[in-house]
Amino acid sequence: MADGARGAEPVGVKLVFLGRLADLAGAGEAEIAGPLDWPGLLAALPGPLAEAAATERVKLAFNGRVLPDKRALAAREGDEIALLPPVSGG
Amino acid sequence: MIDVRLLARGFSPGRALARFAAAHPEAGGIASFTGQVRADEGVEALELTHYAPLTLPGMEALAGEAMARWPLSGILLHHRIGLLAPGAPIVLVAAAARHRRDAFEAADFAMDHLKSEAWFWKRERRADGWHWIEPRAEDHQDRARWAR
Repeated sequence: MADGARGAEPVGVKLVFLGRLADLAGAGEAEIAGPLDWPGLLAALPGPLAEAAATERVKLAFNGRVLPDKRALAAREGDEIALLPPVSGG
Repeated sequence: MIDVRLLARGFSPGRALARFAAAHPEAGGIASFTGQVRADEGVEALELTHYAPLTLPGMEALAGEAMARWPLSGILLHHRIGLLAPGAPIVLVAAAARHRRDAFEAADFAMDHLKSEAWFWKRERRADGWHWIEPRAEDHQDRARWAR
């Protein structure tokens, strides 16, 4: 890539908010600086969103895979974390 | 045949079923279920969002699970995303098998899992704005029937 200006930009950790969490976040996506662990993620989220994320009902996907234990989160710049509230399909 | 799709636009369950039936002449029966947007209770529209890295792979895994659990010749899972009007079809599930009991059970199994386990989030618009739909306790109980 010859795009030097873009290449020089720091790439953060991408956060994706699904369902009602997007309303709490005020947007479907956000980017924050890495590296990021579970306490770091909670600290980076605004209060109501952090409270929701901390409940057992909210799951975490890391680069497209659901984490069995979200406290094991270890994200670096360029990674994608999705916050998944209870689903309702059909 | 496994036919799993996320549909961003309206679809015809009748046409999809006709194609599925034509693809399975060996099946003695096809059981199907269509879910549609309820046209009552002041609901003006429904919106379904998904998360691409999880939603379709999860539906494909569900189809594989049903194929492994019952002797099916095919399974179809079609699910809408995006904005839907009252009366519009949301989901179509069909299972083809030599014998009807397997087809009924597999379709029932797939619907119970799509309702409470697949990666979809649903909200509805009423006169006073948008409301997120939470899964009901019954949805989880329905799914729990299949645990083993």
